[in-house]
Amino acid sequence: MSMMHEFTKGFIKENPILVLLLGMCPTLAVSSSAVNGLGMGLAATAVLVGSNAVIAAIKNLIPDMVRIPAFIVVIASFVTIVDLSMQAYTPALSESLGVFIPLIVVNCIILARAEAFASKNGVLGSLLDGIGMGLGFTIALTTLGGLREIIGNGTIFGIALFGENPTTVLMFIMPPGAFIALGLLIAFVNKFVKKAA
Amino acid sequence: MAKKLESNFRNMFVVLSSICIISALALGFTYGNTKDAIAKAAQEKQVKNIKKVLDGIPFDNDPAAGKYTVDGFDGLELYPATQGGQTVGTAVKTVSPAGYSGNIWLMVGFKPDGVINAISVVEHKETPGLGTKMDTPWKDQYTGKNPGVNNLKVKKDGGEIDAITAATISSRAFTDAVQKAHAAFTKGGVK
Repeated sequence: MSMMHEFTKGFIKENPILVLLLGMCPTLAVSSSAVNGLGMGLAATAVLVGSNAVIAAIKNLIPDMVRIPAFIVVIASFVTIVDLSMQAYTPALSESLGVFIPLIVVNCIILARAEAFASKNGVLGSLLDGIGMGLGFTIALTTLGGLREIIGNGTIFGIALFGENPTTVLMFIMPPGAFIALGLLIAFVNKFVKKAA
Repeated sequence: MAKKLESNFRNMFVVLSSICIISALALGFTYGNTKDAIAKAAQEKQVKNIKKVLDGIPFDNDPAAGKYTVDGFDGLELYPATQGGQTVGTAVKTVSPAGYSGNIWLMVGFKPDGVINAISVVEHKETPGLGTKMDTPWKDQYTGKNPGVNNLKVKKDGGEIDAITAATISSRAFTDAVQKAHAAFTKGGVK
């Protein structure tokens, strides 16, 4: 498989959210606005790239029976590093994402890529896989967040689209709206995008 | 591809321990490097909120440095603002546990006579689109009111505060926090 493929497969074809349906919990919870989706996506990407590279580098040193604990320790370290950095340098974003940053540890996308890809492939391929999957996650989260923000709050990235006090479908920024918007987005991708890709 | 290490007790013990030690070192290093920036960000936010609620009141001291607390009001912090040694206003950081989801933290600015100057929302986890509306011009209706004189309760409870539509619980908690701030301010006295 070519390196280019490792990089681009996460965008649409094996998009972690829209096709593989991994990491639904943070997806539904933080996608209430485009900024949150983008921030969460980039944070997860940073963790994914770091953990994929490290795990690919040390994969032969890890005895099979303890591989999951070893992966989790590596992932948790990266998550904590990202969490502390965000608290230090982007306090507002860190506040609005709250507990979901530490919870990246148990995001199944990260562990799934470690287990299914990084532990079987080289460092370069794993890096590209991490970046691609991370960007795919970010694209899906930002789209979903943007969709919900537009319909539910009448804004995109905090900018008002329809003037003051527009009539909005409030439900879309609440939990039920997350399910509905995600369902519609997946249906759209299945119908129009996946075949072409 | 090199063969993987065998899963015997010694290998597992050594590898997992090494990974943990290296991770711990990396984390310690990150913590050391971000600690100051995190504390600074928190402090800046605090100072910004204090300034916001004392807006329009000229003062020449550093309110954050004069922080004091009042017995019986756990978690509340009072920051006096002075001009030429005379207290001209007090910012009170207050909290209500009665929010729709968890604590609502506010910073309330009082003039020396107990009249509310301005309110700033510090932290909350209310429902987006409903309870979050507390951080809009909605909260300006408190400005100029004195919790010791005006009946600061939502209209449903017989007070004079217009609750946020579909977020009465958040509005009540908000009002509760403001009243607590005033009670602490009154009890603590002007310092």
